Amino acid sequence: MRFLAAFARFWWDFVVGDDWRIAAGVVVVLGAGALLVATTEAPDGLVAALTAVGILLVAIASIAAAARRNAS
Amino acid sequence: MTGDAVGVVAATTLASGVEFVEALTIVLAIGTTRGWRSTWAGVGAALVSLALITALAGYAIQSWLPEALLQLIVGTLLLIFGLQWLRKAILRSAGLKALHDEEDAFRAEVQAAREAGDERRLGLDWFAFVVSFKGVFLEGLEIVFIVITFGLNAGSIGLAVLGAAIGGVIVLSAGIALHKPLARVPENTIKFVVGVLLSTFGTFWAVEGLGWFAPDEASLRWPGGDLALLVLLALWCALALATVRLLSPRAHEAA
Repeated sequence: MRFLAAFARFWWDFVVGDDWRIAAGVVVVLGAGALLVATTEAPDGLVAALTAVGILLVAIASIAAAARRNAS
Repeated sequence: MTGDAVGVVAATTLASGVEFVEALTIVLAIGTTRGWRSTWAGVGAALVSLALITALAGYAIQSWLPEALLQLIVGTLLLIFGLQWLRKAILRSAGLKALHDEEDAFRAEVQAAREAGDERRLGLDWFAFVVSFKGVFLEGLEIVFIVITFGLNAGSIGLAVLGAAIGGVIVLSAGIALHKPLARVPENTIKFVVGVLLSTFGTFWAVEGLGWFAPDEASLRWPGGDLALLVLLALWCALALATVRLLSPRAHEAA
């Protein structure tokens, strides 16, 4: 059990790193994109553009939050 | 060479170069303090483990997953991974986070190696074996991750492995020639570039993979096809450079 916990912890740290908000933000944006694809007939270009903008916003929010934490 | 291929080789060469610099620091510190035999044994065991993981994980992922789902999973992981690299590189460039110092890291490893006990297992200095194994394995795992994700999505594991090998050969040659940690490598600049590349390709592939949720499960098409990669690359570069510029004065105020 301890081995499994350590194994899971290692992969969490490896992929998600020290700021889980980035992973959460990316998953939420891609989830919204998936919903758009599954439930509408929106053109590919529109889905791509909206998802890319969402991901850029996640990056900006994450960098701004980290900058506030590091500056204080 | 297509845009994908150039991106694959560039990203894997740079990423592997940075990770090899960090692994080299650990190996040099252990080897020069505890002796080379057990250190090389640890390095060799780590390299064999990494090669096995690359072959098994690459084969399994490629064989079991449909193309769009592969793009979605790999793109999402690359994006999360790349944004972590980019965020740290931006904070370091803006002066809000301390730069990684290879000479400091080397001194800390040497100190730990001198203070460690003298346990022997399988005829090896166990401390030297374990530390060099862990150092190479953990740094190498990041390279493996990037090689597998880039290689599979670009349809060429060979190119990704070639890029990683080029990075490794450059760093190891420099390390052997100088016989000291590579403290003057512009590590943060390289991480900055790799972060931008991973974020670019991660965005591109993750969005293509959203097509898995469509009734036909076919990958989404970006307007302009592969040219969209250049637009994404420009956007990520602009965002990264603009945030460094905006955050730098804040770092000066905090100092």
